[in-house]
Amino acid sequence: MSTVDVEDRTGGLPRWAFLPAALGVLLIGLPALGMLVEVPWSDLPGLLTSEASLAAMGLSLRTSIAATALAVVLGVPLALVLAWTRLPAARVVRVVVLLPLVLPPVVSGLALLTTFGRRGLLGQYLSVLGIDIAFSTTAVVLAQAFVAMPFLVLSVKGAARAAGRRHEVIAATLGAGPTTVLRRVTIPLLAPALGSGIALAFARCLGEFGATLTFAGSLQGVTRTLPLEIYLQRETDPDAAIALSLLLILLAAVLVLLTQRPGANRHGWLPQPGPDDRRRSRVSEADRAARAGTPGGGER
Amino acid sequence: MRLRLAALAAAVVCTVMLAGCGAGSPGAAEAAREHPHDGAVPGDEGELPADESELSGDLTVFAAASLHGVFEDLAEEFTLQHPQARVRFSFAGSADLVAQLNAGAPADVLAAADESTMAAAIGAGSVQEEPRIFAANTLVLITPPDNPAGIGDVSDLAGTDVVVCAPHVPCGAATVELAQRLGFEVQPVSEEGSVADVLGKVSSGQARAGLVYRTDARAAGDAVRAVEIPGADDVVNRYPIAVASETSQSTLAQAWVDFVLGPQGRDALTEAGFRTP
Repeated sequence: MSTVDVEDRTGGLPRWAFLPAALGVLLIGLPALGMLVEVPWSDLPGLLTSEASLAAMGLSLRTSIAATALAVVLGVPLALVLAWTRLPAARVVRVVVLLPLVLPPVVSGLALLTTFGRRGLLGQYLSVLGIDIAFSTTAVVLAQAFVAMPFLVLSVKGAARAAGRRHEVIAATLGAGPTTVLRRVTIPLLAPALGSGIALAFARCLGEFGATLTFAGSLQGVTRTLPLEIYLQRETDPDAAIALSLLLILLAAVLVLLTQRPGANRHGWLPQPGPDDRRRSRVSEADRAARAGTPGGGER
Repeated sequence: MRLRLAALAAAVVCTVMLAGCGAGSPGAAEAAREHPHDGAVPGDEGELPADESELSGDLTVFAAASLHGVFEDLAEEFTLQHPQARVRFSFAGSADLVAQLNAGAPADVLAAADESTMAAAIGAGSVQEEPRIFAANTLVLITPPDNPAGIGDVSDLAGTDVVVCAPHVPCGAATVELAQRLGFEVQPVSEEGSVADVLGKVSSGQARAGLVYRTDARAAGDAVRAVEIPGADDVVNRYPIAVASETSQSTLAQAWVDFVLGPQGRDALTEAGFRTP
């Protein structure tokens, strides 16, 4: 009898499948390697510590942290609403929330400009109130949160769906109010997914370029983040551009690596089969028990 | 679901690594504008010497983004004269074009927006010497059409939200030089990487004023209000054109260069707001 040995080192895949897979790795890996060859290693410290570079790094770090925080505060509740409620408009909301993932950044920037710009939908009223976010660091944070929040929402929503509501139901039967349940049960349960969502959102904030350029402008220390600095340095000092690019690649790699921690994947970004499946069936069993109104059903 | 998430994760990696993707040259298309055809053109057609009308082949021209509109128009006239020839363009920032050319991109002609980028192409041996200056551009002051800050001339710029090109790019270098010469002060709220970005910030009303090339202001039409700066003619940006070293179409390439420098080229460039030699 011919069987597919999925325990084999090849995972039971046909040999030919490894060729396109390897080419895929090259497609993404080679350009990174190509850049390493160009890096002016001896000048690297000087290039990275120039006034303009340091200003861009500092700004990128501050805005990315602020934007990620904003994405967490708004994105986590949004993810839970999308995962667990049955609102009639949920489908539309889901599409709207995920839009920034697929929009070209320059379109995101134009959208922000026509909304929060001086003559924008909201911006004109904010202007009257004396709130002017044009060309400010706030504009950068808004642009970054706009493009990064979907990553967080996706990550947390997926985990919330997979986890089900068993623990929450139990906690509620034990007398905890909805807010306590959210704080003491839901959030700790979703922590690994939240962690990888934060890392991805932060990485996306660091890499934001098009929306910032279109919406916020470019001024050293105020709106010129690392990617904008790279874009500009390219004109006069390609070596500096390469040096800063290397920094961004390393940061991105570390952040993506963080999302790959064993355990971080359990609920979220890249759900894995295996032990998890068994766990999930236990969850649904407990769910049924809970729904049947048996307090403490999870203990059986 | 798993596949979709994996694809998304891959997209994230891509996006972060290519922090600058989609940077391109936004707004270049805005510059495209129909110019009324010069009445003299159709008459010239039949009177050409036989050898010139036999020019044929595909010509690839690398041209600065600010030449978009005027070069497209000129190509139409050129192919009327040489029906066997075809002109294709790659429009981008001059620095990008030279970088591509030096890396071996196939082009027959390079038309740059400033002499220093052309010098880089000469240094790398990518173009044939001597490049010839075919146009020049000067700076103008622009405001949104309704001029909310009441800008009348450069002396009004202090204390208002003005956007300029970064000193790294040719239009920004020209801005710094002009400010020094005329003795006015600019404290920009943003230093953009391209003229198109300055134009966009002003036409959207986001900024109260900006400094751009005369040709860009003209191409923008009613979207901005342009104010000539007295003394701006002292700071000009010259546009050099040269045939690429690696061209396989040297006759056709030279014909295009001559055409741009000739009367029709001059008329079209003047019409677009360029100074011509």
